[in-house]
Amino acid sequence: MAEGKKKRIPRQEMPTQDPQERRRNFHEVALGYTLELAVAEANRCLQCPKPFCVEGCPVQVRIPEFIKALREGDMWGAVEILKDKNSLPAICGRVCPQETQCEAKCVLGRRGEPVAIGRLERFVADWERAQGMRIPERPAPVGKKIAVIGSGPAGLTAAGDLAKKGYEVDVLEALHTPGGVLMYGIPEFRLPKDIVMAEIDYLRKLGVNIRTNVVVGKLYTLNELLELYDAIFLGTGAGLPIMMNIPGENYNGVYSANELLTRTNLMKGYLFPEWDTPVKVGNKVAVIGAGNVAMDAARSSLRLGAEEVHIVYRRSRAEVPARAEEVHHAEEEGIIFDFLTNPVEIYGNEDGWVTGMRCIRMRLGEPDASGRPRPIPIEGSEFDMEVDTVVMALGTRPNPLVFSDAQLERTRRGTVVADPKTGRTKLERVWAGGDIVTGAATVISAMGAGRIAATDIDRYLRGEGTEPWWPEDGAS
Amino acid sequence: MYRILEKEALTPVSKLFVIEAPEVARKAQAGQFVILRTHEKGERIPLTIADYDREAGTITIVAQEVGKTTKYLGTMQVGDSLASFTGPLGRPTEIEKYGTVVVVGGGLGIAPIYPICRSLRQAGNYVVGIIGARSGNLLFWEDKMRSVTDELIVCTDDGSYARKALVTEPLKELLDSGRKVDRVWAVGPAIMMKFVSLTTQPYGVKTIVSLNSIMVDGTGMCGSCRVSVGGRTRFACVDGPEFDGHEVDWDLLLKRQRIYVDLEKIALERYERELMRSKDTGGR
Ligand SMILES: Cc1cc2nc3c(=O)[nH]c(=O)nc-3n(C[C@H](O)[C@H](O)[C@H](O)COP(=O)(O)OP(=O)(O)OC[C@H]3O[C@@H](n4cnc5c(N)ncnc54)[C@H](O)[C@@H]3O)c2cc1C
Ligand SMILES: Cc1cc2nc3c(=O)[nH]c(=O)nc-3n(C[C@H](O)[C@H](O)[C@H](O)COP(=O)(O)OP(=O)(O)OC[C@H]3O[C@@H](n4cnc5c(N)ncnc54)[C@H](O)[C@@H]3O)c2cc1C
Ligand code: SF4
Ligand code: SF4
Ligand code: FES
Repeated sequence: MAEGKKKRIPRQEMPTQDPQERRRNFHEVALGYTLELAVAEANRCLQCPKPFCVEGCPVQVRIPEFIKALREGDMWGAVEILKDKNSLPAICGRVCPQETQCEAKCVLGRRGEPVAIGRLERFVADWERAQGMRIPERPAPVGKKIAVIGSGPAGLTAAGDLAKKGYEVDVLEALHTPGGVLMYGIPEFRLPKDIVMAEIDYLRKLGVNIRTNVVVGKLYTLNELLELYDAIFLGTGAGLPIMMNIPGENYNGVYSANELLTRTNLMKGYLFPEWDTPVKVGNKVAVIGAGNVAMDAARSSLRLGAEEVHIVYRRSRAEVPARAEEVHHAEEEGIIFDFLTNPVEIYGNEDGWVTGMRCIRMRLGEPDASGRPRPIPIEGSEFDMEVDTVVMALGTRPNPLVFSDAQLERTRRGTVVADPKTGRTKLERVWAGGDIVTGAATVISAMGAGRIAATDIDRYLRGEGTEPWWPEDGAS
Repeated sequence: MYRILEKEALTPVSKLFVIEAPEVARKAQAGQFVILRTHEKGERIPLTIADYDREAGTITIVAQEVGKTTKYLGTMQVGDSLASFTGPLGRPTEIEKYGTVVVVGGGLGIAPIYPICRSLRQAGNYVVGIIGARSGNLLFWEDKMRSVTDELIVCTDDGSYARKALVTEPLKELLDSGRKVDRVWAVGPAIMMKFVSLTTQPYGVKTIVSLNSIMVDGTGMCGSCRVSVGGRTRFACVDGPEFDGHEVDWDLLLKRQRIYVDLEKIALERYERELMRSKDTGGR
C-alpha cells in the first residue's frame, strides 16, 4: 500500500448486469464489488484527518474508519463501525443518493472521482449477511412497552434501537408485509427483498413483535394506543399519491406510481400468474416526473414488457432529482427522457382506455420556493404523444388515516410537526420521524430520525428528559 | 390467526365464512369492509363485513365466486386460516334517525346490506327492505332480513321465487305511492346501484350506494380504487365506499372495473386447470 500509488488508482466500477439483458428481468442490476475491487477502492481513501465525507452523511457514518478496517482485512471491525451509526448499511449502500451526500464531500471528488463510499458500505454489509444470521443478545427487559407505527426504515430503526435497550416493542404495520417503501416501492432489481427480510428477521430475533395488517386509525386509534403503551413512535411515511388533476386522469391505463409499484413489488405482479395479482402496462408508457419513484416506475414498466418508455419531466436534466446512478442505468436500458415537457390532458377511447396525451413545452424561469428554476409553459407549443399507459410519479404526501382521532399539529403539506433534535411531536408521549415529518425524503434520513427518536424515548422513559415536553413551550 | 370457524354455501355461487378476528370484530361497523389474502401468493381482495360478533370475536363475510381468488376461498375449509385479513376499512355507514328508509340489496349485496338495515333499525328508523336476485336459488338471508326490517319485499328477475320484478320496480312503486321516503341505500352490482340511483333521482330522495371499485391496499395509498363523485376524484377505500349515488360517474366505475378482465381470465383458467389436474391425480 505504497503512498505514492494511491492517487493513480481510478474509481472502481461496480460490475452490472448487461443492459440489454437486465431490461427484461427483475434481478439486481448492480452486482456488487468483489473483495479485490473493494480493497482497491478502499485503498483510494486518503484517510483524511478532517474527513469531509462524514459531514455529508446525514447520520455521520465514521467513513474513514470503516474503510480502514476494510482494507486491513478486519471485516467484523468494519461492520461494527458502520452499524454504530447506520443500522441498515446493506440498504443505504444501495439506495443513498451518495453523489449529493457523503461522496459529494469527499476531497478526492474535487480533482477527480470521489471514493465510492456507498459501494464499499454495501460490500461490507453484504459480507456480513453472507456470514449467516447474527443472533443478537437480548438485553434484560425494562418493563415498558412501545408502539412503533409503520415499518419503513424509520420505524424499523426505532424498533431495533429500543429493543436493544430492553423495551418491549410492537411494530404495527398496515400492509401484510413489513418494510414500508423498501418492500412495496423500491423494486427488486434495485434492492433485493431478501435483504430487507433479513433485517426484519434480525429485529424479530431481537424480540421485536411485528404485527402486520394493523391499520392504525382504523383498528386502533392513536388515543387507544396511548392507553396501551408507554410511548408511540409514528413512522407512517408519506404514502398518499399526488395526482395532476388534469382531464382524463381516470382513464384505464393511468396509474399512480404507487399502484404500479405496489402491484409489481409487494404483490409480485411481475411473477403473475404464478402470483395472483395482475399488473398491466401497455406498449408505450409515459412516466410523469423524474425522481427515484419515476425511474423505478419507468424501469419496471420496461421489465413488465413495454416497448417504449418515456420519462416526461417539466424541468431540465440538471434538475432531475433521482439518484445519478438510476438515471444512468435507465438511459443504458433505453428509457427516453423528454425534458421541459408537461402533460395537460390525457385522451382515451370509448372503452375508457388511454390513447394519448397532450403535452406542452416548458422553459425555465427564476428559481421558485424550492430553489429550482420555475418551469413556465411556452404558449402554443402543445403537441400530442401517442401512449397507452401513463404513470403519475409526482410525489407523495403523508396519509392522514393514522390521525383519525389525534390532535397532532401538522403543517399545510400534511406533515407532522416534530422537533428535529428529539423527534417529539406536540402530543406528549408521541414521537415521529421519517417521511411523515419531512415529506418524501430518503431512506437514510428516515433511519436517522428513527434513531434520534429512539434515543429520546429512552431518555424520557428513564425520567431524564426533565425539560418541558415541547421546546417552544419552555418557561425559559 | 384469521381461522375459518364456520362455512356455509348460501347459494350455488356464494359462500359465507365466519372468521376469527377479535380485533377487527371489536371495531367493525356497518358499511365497512376488510381486505383479505387467501394464501401467500394471493391477491388482496375487498369483501364487505356482512356481520360481526364483538363477544365471539368474529367477522362474517359472504363471497360470490367470480374469479380465481373467490373460487379459491370457496375451497377453503373450517379450520384453515387466511393469509391475511385487514380491517375494518372504509367509513362506516352514517347511521342516524332519518325516518323512513328503503334499503335495497341486489344479489350478493344482500349480505352487506344486512348490518346496515340492523343499525338503521336500531337507530329508530322505519326500515323497508327490498331484496332481489336473478333467480330464486341465488337469494339468501330472507329470514335474517325480515328480522331487521319493518317491511320486506322480495323479488327475482325470472320470477322463479316470490315476485317477478327487478328491485327498481317495487322501489318506484313505493316512491309513487306518496309515502315519504327519507333515504335510500343500495348495495349490489354496479349496474343495479346505477339503476336504483336513476330511479330515485327524479324524486329527489338521497340515495347512498357502496362502490366496489378495484382495490389493492385499501388505505388510500395506491389510487387504484379512484372513482368520480360530484365531478371530483375520490378514493373509494378511504373516502367511501359509500357515496351519494346521484353524484357517481357510473360509466367510469363500470369501465374501471374491467381493467384486468383479460388477466383475471388467465388466472382463473390456469387455476381451473390446476384443480382439474389435482382431481385427476386424486389430489396430493
Ligand atoms: C419508489 C420509491 C423509490 C425510492 N427510492 C429511494 C432511493 O433510491 N434512495 C432513498 O434514499 N430513498 C428513496 N425513496 C424514499 C424512501 O424510500 C423514503 O424516504 C423512506 O422509505 C421513508 O421511510 P419511512 O420509514 O418514513 O416511511 P415508509 O418507508 O413509507 O414506511 C411507512 C410504513 O408505514 C405504514 N403505514 C402507513 N400508514 C399506516 C397506518 N395508518 N397504520 C399502520 N401502518 C401504516 C406503511 O404501510 C409503510 O409500511 C424512494 C421512495 C419510493 C416510493
Ligand atoms: C368495498 C368492496 C366491498 C366488496 N364486498 C364484496 C362482498 O361482500 N362480497 C363479494 O362477493 N364481493 C365483494 N366485492 C367484490 C370483490 O372484491 C371481487 O369480486 C373480488 O375481488 C373478485 O376477486 P376474484 O379474484 O375472485 O375475481 P377476479 O378474477 O379478480 O375478478 C372478477 C370480477 O370481479 C371484479 N374485481 C376484481 N378485483 C376486484 C377488486 N379488488 N375489487 C372489486 N372488484 C374486483 C372484476 O371487475 C371482475 O369483473 C367488494 C368489492 C369492494 C371494492
Ligand atoms: S449512509 Fe448513505 S450517505 Fe451515509 S455514508 Fe452511507 S451511503 Fe453515504
Ligand atoms: S473525504 Fe474521501 S478520501 Fe477523505 S476520508 Fe472521506 S472518503 Fe476518504
Ligand atoms: S385501494 Fe389503494 S387507494 Fe384505495
